[in-house]
Amino acid sequence: MAAGHVSGVGRRSGAVADFLRSQPLGAFGLAFILVMAFAAIFADHIVRYDPEAIDFASMLAPPSLEHPFGTDVFGRDIFTRIVYGARTALTIGFLSAFLGTTIGGLIGIVSAYFGGRVDLVVQRFVDIVLSFPIIVLALVVVAVVGKTPVWGIDLNLVLAIAIPIIPRSCRVMRAAAMSVRSMPYIDAARAGGYSSLWIVLRHFVPNVLAPYLILFTAYVAQAILLEASLSFLGLGVTEPKPAWGLMLAGDNSNFYQEAPWMILFPGLAISLSVFAFNLFGDSLRDWLDPKFRT
Amino acid sequence: MTKKDGFSRRSVLAMPALLAGGWGWADAFAQTSGEGPRRGGVLTYAVAAEPPTYDLHQTATFAVMHRVAPHYSTLLTYEPGNYPKIVGDVAQSWTESPDRLTYTFKLHPNVRFHDGTVLTSEDVRASYDRLRDPPKGVVSNRIGSFSQIASIETPDPLTVVFRMKKVDASIMDTFASPWNSIFSAARLKQDPSFPVKNVMGTGPFRFVEHVAGSHWSGERFDGYFKSGKPHVDGFRAITMSASAMVNALSGKQVLAEFRGFTPPERDRITKALGPESQVFESSWMLHMLVSFNCSKPPFNDPRVRRAVSLVMDRWGGSSNLARVSQLGAAGGLLRPGSDWAASREEMEKWPGYGRDAAANRAEAKRLLKEAGVENLTFTLTNRNHQPYVTAGIFLIDQLRQIGVKVEDRQLELSAWYAAQASGDFDAMIDSFTQFSDDPTNVLVKYISTDRAPEVSITRHTDRDLDALFDKQAETIDKAERTKLVRQFETRLFDQAYAVPILWWQRIVVMNSRVRGWSMSPTHMIYQDLADVWIAPEKL
Repeated sequence: MAAGHVSGVGRRSGAVADFLRSQPLGAFGLAFILVMAFAAIFADHIVRYDPEAIDFASMLAPPSLEHPFGTDVFGRDIFTRIVYGARTALTIGFLSAFLGTTIGGLIGIVSAYFGGRVDLVVQRFVDIVLSFPIIVLALVVVAVVGKTPVWGIDLNLVLAIAIPIIPRSCRVMRAAAMSVRSMPYIDAARAGGYSSLWIVLRHFVPNVLAPYLILFTAYVAQAILLEASLSFLGLGVTEPKPAWGLMLAGDNSNFYQEAPWMILFPGLAISLSVFAFNLFGDSLRDWLDPKFRT
Repeated sequence: MTKKDGFSRRSVLAMPALLAGGWGWADAFAQTSGEGPRRGGVLTYAVAAEPPTYDLHQTATFAVMHRVAPHYSTLLTYEPGNYPKIVGDVAQSWTESPDRLTYTFKLHPNVRFHDGTVLTSEDVRASYDRLRDPPKGVVSNRIGSFSQIASIETPDPLTVVFRMKKVDASIMDTFASPWNSIFSAARLKQDPSFPVKNVMGTGPFRFVEHVAGSHWSGERFDGYFKSGKPHVDGFRAITMSASAMVNALSGKQVLAEFRGFTPPERDRITKALGPESQVFESSWMLHMLVSFNCSKPPFNDPRVRRAVSLVMDRWGGSSNLARVSQLGAAGGLLRPGSDWAASREEMEKWPGYGRDAAANRAEAKRLLKEAGVENLTFTLTNRNHQPYVTAGIFLIDQLRQIGVKVEDRQLELSAWYAAQASGDFDAMIDSFTQFSDDPTNVLVKYISTDRAPEVSITRHTDRDLDALFDKQAETIDKAERTKLVRQFETRLFDQAYAVPILWWQRIVVMNSRVRGWSMSPTHMIYQDLADVWIAPEKL
């Protein structure tokens, strides 16, 4: 038992080491994501300032030892707001991507499993939803449902970002599930009288986990970008809460000449985080897909 | 008020005239530079919002005023470049009876509507009847302003007599209101709602077209009764967002914008235009306030409302936020710097205006404890654009310092109005503007809601405050009236149904080719554009 356990840990450690060795860019992305996650979780211990506290004495202060990323028009420390903004971005990003990818994935698997009319109806509906650009759909949803804050997170914003992800995830996961459906063990399970739920959970879900993980990481990046876009447009997170998109919005852009740090650092935070998730997602795909293995 | 003109030599030459003469800078400029008004050209200017109606009687938004004012005349008006002096518009002269209960106006002869008909006293009466007692289906936003008028008589085509129920100290300002446009009696008789969707007045410009979301245009009315005016051939008001305005002015796609910019926006435009820019700055008859919903907890308790007012460091906020936003001076209920404003010493006696911020906060905490809401939390309903967002951030930060937690609820304008109308709010970032400093015009915002439901949104009833309002409205003696205004303010700050946060600063930036326009502390007057002319472009 103990030996088996050690062996399991050993296998997982080996897999991680293999990923880090074979996918250096992905490893960089993963490292950046972990740093972000660490900052988001331990924000209270990392920064010296309150992200919402106005300090008129420090208005528009340039980067310095006191304020490494400078301050904004209210004298709020930009580094602090970026660290707390990571919490906002990751919370909304992960929740939205999880919700969208999971719901979309399940619909895709069910559509593929049943096929026929079910598949036809589901996929035509998916076609309709896919015809809307992702940002337009999110804008419509957030404008219609308004805001429902729970523990500081706007659940409707999460929903607004998750909904455009659902059809996209559904289409990819259906394709993955279609290849599973043609496998002989599915026919065997059906002939054996197993229920549809059992077959989906036992055979489909484990076999589409790899594309699911790849999709999930890609959509976290997408969700972070969407949250930033919606906040920038005034429909996402609202002041005085720290959020990267919000830090680029409104009057802040009027200060790009006298205080460029106000938009430079939040812009970098958005770009680097999206880049990191995309690097990690791409590397994960390469690593999990046997076709890309040498 | 000051005006800054890019970096041009001529602006320097004009500066003494500006400093000595206040707002008549453009005329001073013309005189100093030896240039007189020139005829021709089309004035292009930006307006940030679409007009919800064409009818000035039923609205209070600049989005209508800045487009529609050039098409209409009023009975009286404010003298261009010399606010607050009142002069005649279609009224050639007027008399006031010794008891101040009768006002007789003689009209200019040969004032013509754009359809060629001659304006008579009947048109004035029909317009004022529509304002004070609108027929069914017509909305007037000014019923309260004319509540003291008993009757309007027209003994001959060029004479209008207003008989008052009682003395109204602010009646001359009311007659000069830019909202009291004069419509054709004949058109109103055919359709009382005619002005809602049609434009036909006696103003300097004839209406050409309105393309929603794009532009509004007018052309010179050659039959305008003021000789030699207007100077420009026409105007084109272009609809665009606030950020687009900065770029449009900087890129010379438009020549002007008449409402106002923030200091950083001013700096961007003047940097882009250089000597071709001109800047007018003034305090603004527009103040930001926080209105409480007094009909439900926690703000049905005056101690809680007063505590919120106490925590605001208005003096600190004023000096700092004025650098980055349209928010400006700390002040009471009347515009700081106006004849009616409280002195600094008087203000410092009000809750929340004392210089000792720490003492104010300690008192606020004590009041909350006494009211049993030490851990106060509430939702602050706000609009989702500037400078409202800035005011919200400021207030939330101030409250955070005494442990009050505020949920910021930022809404689109229509949703914000809906929340206001339905009472779906705890506290609201609100604003109030008027066309004159007269106390009756401003204090109406703070009287009992049942007395002025169109502006007083706090759902409170305070007959003592109402009595002070009525008394000052009837008091002609300025010193006596000022005393009553101070008493009103003292009572208001004690009860704190709604309290000012900061007043706005007005910064108008335009191309220096635009001449003859007058700056004032309100963006609602001097918008008929009759005096505006365009200097030739320098090659």
